[in-house]
Amino acid sequence: MSLVDTQPVLAALMALLGLGITFGAILGFASIRFRTEGNPLADQINQILPQTQCGQCGYPGCKPYAAAIAEGDVINKCPPGGQETIDALADLLDVESMTLDAEHGEEKAPKVAFIREAECIGCTKCIQACPVDAILGAAKVMHTVIADECTGCDLCLDPCPVDCIDMVERKTGIQHWRWDLPSDNIIASDRAAA
Amino acid sequence: MRSTYAIHGGIHPNEAKALATPGKVLDAGIPDKLVLPLSQHIGRQPEVVVSVGESVKGGQVLALAEGPMSVSLHAPTSGVITAIEDRSVPHPSGMTNRCIELQCDGEDDWLAFTGITDWRAADRTELIEAISNAGIAGMGGAGFPTAVKLNGPPGQSIDTLIINGTECEPYISSDDTLMQVDAPAIVEGADILAHIIGAREILFAVEDNKPAALTAMRDAVAGSESGCQRDVMTFPTKYPSGGEKQLIEILTGKQVPSGGLPAHLGIVCQNPGTAVAVRAAILEGKPLTERIVTLTGEALGRPGNYRVRLGTPIHHLLAMTEFDPSDNRRLIHGGPMMGFALENSDVPVIKTTNCILVPTEQELPTPPPAQACIRCGLCAEACPASLLPQQLYWYARAKDQEQLEKHHLFDCIECGACSWVCPSHIPLVQYYRSAKGSIIDARAEKVRSDRSRDRFEARQERVERELAAREAQRAARRAAAQKKADTGAEDDPIAAAIARAKAKKQAAEETPSAASDGDS
Amino acid sequence: MSFLRITSPHGHGPMSTAGIMQTVLVATVPGIIALTWFFGPGTLVNIVVGGALALAFEAGALALRDRSPTPYLKDYSVLVTSTLLCIALPPYSPWWLIATGIFSSVILGKHVFGGLGYNPFNPAMVGYVILLISFPLQMSTWQAPRGLGEIPGVMDALTALASPATYDAVTMATPLDVLRQNQGLLMADLQAQKPQFGLWAGVGWEWVNIAFLAGGVWLLYKRIFTWHAPVGLLLALGLCAAIGFDSGSSESGGSPLLHWLSGATMFGAFFIITDPVSSAVSNRGRLIFGALIGVLIYLIRVHGNYPDAVAFAVLILNFAAPLIDQYTQPAVYGSRPVKEDEL
Repeated sequence: MSLVDTQPVLAALMALLGLGITFGAILGFASIRFRTEGNPLADQINQILPQTQCGQCGYPGCKPYAAAIAEGDVINKCPPGGQETIDALADLLDVESMTLDAEHGEEKAPKVAFIREAECIGCTKCIQACPVDAILGAAKVMHTVIADECTGCDLCLDPCPVDCIDMVERKTGIQHWRWDLPSDNIIASDRAAA
Repeated sequence: MRSTYAIHGGIHPNEAKALATPGKVLDAGIPDKLVLPLSQHIGRQPEVVVSVGESVKGGQVLALAEGPMSVSLHAPTSGVITAIEDRSVPHPSGMTNRCIELQCDGEDDWLAFTGITDWRAADRTELIEAISNAGIAGMGGAGFPTAVKLNGPPGQSIDTLIINGTECEPYISSDDTLMQVDAPAIVEGADILAHIIGAREILFAVEDNKPAALTAMRDAVAGSESGCQRDVMTFPTKYPSGGEKQLIEILTGKQVPSGGLPAHLGIVCQNPGTAVAVRAAILEGKPLTERIVTLTGEALGRPGNYRVRLGTPIHHLLAMTEFDPSDNRRLIHGGPMMGFALENSDVPVIKTTNCILVPTEQELPTPPPAQACIRCGLCAEACPASLLPQQLYWYARAKDQEQLEKHHLFDCIECGACSWVCPSHIPLVQYYRSAKGSIIDARAEKVRSDRSRDRFEARQERVERELAAREAQRAARRAAAQKKADTGAEDDPIAAAIARAKAKKQAAEETPSAASDGDS
Repeated sequence: MSFLRITSPHGHGPMSTAGIMQTVLVATVPGIIALTWFFGPGTLVNIVVGGALALAFEAGALALRDRSPTPYLKDYSVLVTSTLLCIALPPYSPWWLIATGIFSSVILGKHVFGGLGYNPFNPAMVGYVILLISFPLQMSTWQAPRGLGEIPGVMDALTALASPATYDAVTMATPLDVLRQNQGLLMADLQAQKPQFGLWAGVGWEWVNIAFLAGGVWLLYKRIFTWHAPVGLLLALGLCAAIGFDSGSSESGGSPLLHWLSGATMFGAFFIITDPVSSAVSNRGRLIFGALIGVLIYLIRVHGNYPDAVAFAVLILNFAAPLIDQYTQPAVYGSRPVKEDEL
């Protein structure tokens, strides 16, 4: 107590030093004790990416792009994910959302590859190109696409020597119809409605 | 008399049921053409078994059920198949779906059927099979395949069958009418259903605004024998008491667990129309080809309850009931609370069509544009599921799926009570339907993308393995060539062979995965 | 043939936003009559001038926000806001005080947040508190009630509106002021000495409060709001007063009856905290919301610096409303665990 009275500056400094050491030790311990394996941020980003593995972002698949975003790359390079994915990423990373970078392509309705089987020569080139092994077939026999597994990445189109692969709309029957959100006429700009 | 229980919320809209004079059945006749959608139920489309140009008799199978979640389709009269193509169907989307068109010949020539008269002795699976073959799907509105519901979730014993004659929605009186004119058939059908599911108790539920139906049902129960404990129960009129979950709480005081089925409480609910159809299917072997439809609304000159063949185009019914289009803008399939508006009157009556409502603008005016939500809370008071509709509304607008699920969006039964009371005329139910659709799509998309990721990663791994294996082989060859060069060509073939083998072994040890990959 | 394709339900109940607002306006009538009887036509003049200004500000704000004014002006919400604020203002306020209050309510309380339905705070109370902090003198000058002073006429009210300097009002401290300025006396002495005290609370004030209570009960009967928030407030306030009051000294804060019938208690309980936009959502939430406001009213009245406290208490709880919502979600159908014997 006498120290506080006689040397208030010194006492304050010592108190601060003591607090600094204590909390530093707690933080240091926590950083070792609660260390997370791997790169949790990249994994979370990868969860949001659409997993088309199309490479339109310039990376060889979704995981590498996720890692790149975690390292600070921009979030608007994914055309298959579209605005929704960009918004989700912006939300996760707590950054301003942006619009899709047109350089990497535009947002389209999800598609699946379809092989015109009569024209297929069985070259297996598309099989090698498919990032998710969604094409069945063997050398010199006709190939076919497992539509449920196809991500619609387009990567099989280029390698095909006879151009027998089409990208078709994913099935949208009456069962896949959904109600639209009501138009927001009164909120955004209700001049027309009123 | 057993006591009933109160439910939360609910509303008291104008009932307007007298308009269609419940209790009297009129005949809608046979139109020139019937349009029969393949999907009149929830589940898979049945497989068409007739072809264009083929003559069919009444009751003949037109499309056969594909698997359990599918329901067969039968010809409602005799005639010729003139088309099998996509047509407008009664669906909120206004989209088309596969239909069979039947040109009626007016003969109304029917196949002969044989039923199972001694159903008490019959095997349960045989009876379910007969119901499945008769093409019966729940006739209350949802159209769930009846046979599937009777099979129930495995390992659940059922002890209560509820026949839901509540019919709480305004305007509709088809079940009321059926109970008044055909109560003994409903009771017998219920006995058959109870026998199939092994229930020892049958509860007939009738709202207190249908005294004639109540009396008819009480008489029918008193006038027949059954192995089950049977009760005709009545309770105060309130919308939506007829919702399956709400009715169960009213009758038993129990709540179906969130995300669960009534079967988890040992309860199965069926519609009176379904009971009658089941009776006909079992006793007479007759398939489901007609139903009672309430044609009502002030824009109709002759509203009433009509016996209508499935597939009858609605314009035929409108012409028959003297439709006056001068003050009408809407054609509603179902009731005013949960029914959906149809864009055109070419669509046909299907198994789930309990009502066609054709109101005048005076009667049910087109809603004015929505105003801002003032959080008055009337919706929360009206909600029979005790949800907070306005919170759901804000979250639906913000597309906040996490909060929507946290606020129990999927416990919403879309009854429309919240929209009905909303002073700002906000189409709340549409927000919830849309939000539910987006969440269901997002879940499906998540499953897809997870699978794609797994497949991509598995492929990545395999490609790497193959590369490594090839690299190893190349290394082995190089080593062998080196050895050969070192020791001098063809001096010692045996030593060379040993060296080769050694190199190979070494390579294999270095990349064990490559070796195993070679094996596979 | 083509029909309209709109979503269900196709019918609608009798309630409309404009209808609710009109009903609330009607329900203020007994209170306004009581105020006019005891304090003269000042409040009426406030309401008329305030209403006109409010409509003008609303139309201006909507034009600036690029909205068509008609549907919003027709929903009467701005008139409810202005009427409630003008009831709370002292009668015979100068025009600029009313204008500043209405501007604060309509523009700062409502439109900066996005208009009706988006305001986190009760707009009338935003306006009131801004005035109370900015012009404490004008805001605490109350006309003496009938029987204790001369009641001004309509011409006096208009004069006061134009230039308060030329209008010399007969003013008097309100009973709540008297209570806080005279501590250390016995309540009985206080009541005997000070003319402001009437049968149960202040002269005039007790009847004003009873009139607002009547209007509020009518609103309850019309199902414009539920009983939860008002009952929560009155119970909590009464309970606090009962605990604090030693039934003797003025220092201990006055009896529950005094608090119920003093100041803006009933007006606040039935017309201010029942504003749905800025209150809690669920019934349980509204009960808690009201109760906490009641506690705060008591604390500020008895221990705070301002004589009345409804406005501050409401604004503080407006902040807390989302938090209350977070913890008072009602139990949804089917969330009740199934008991063994039910299976």
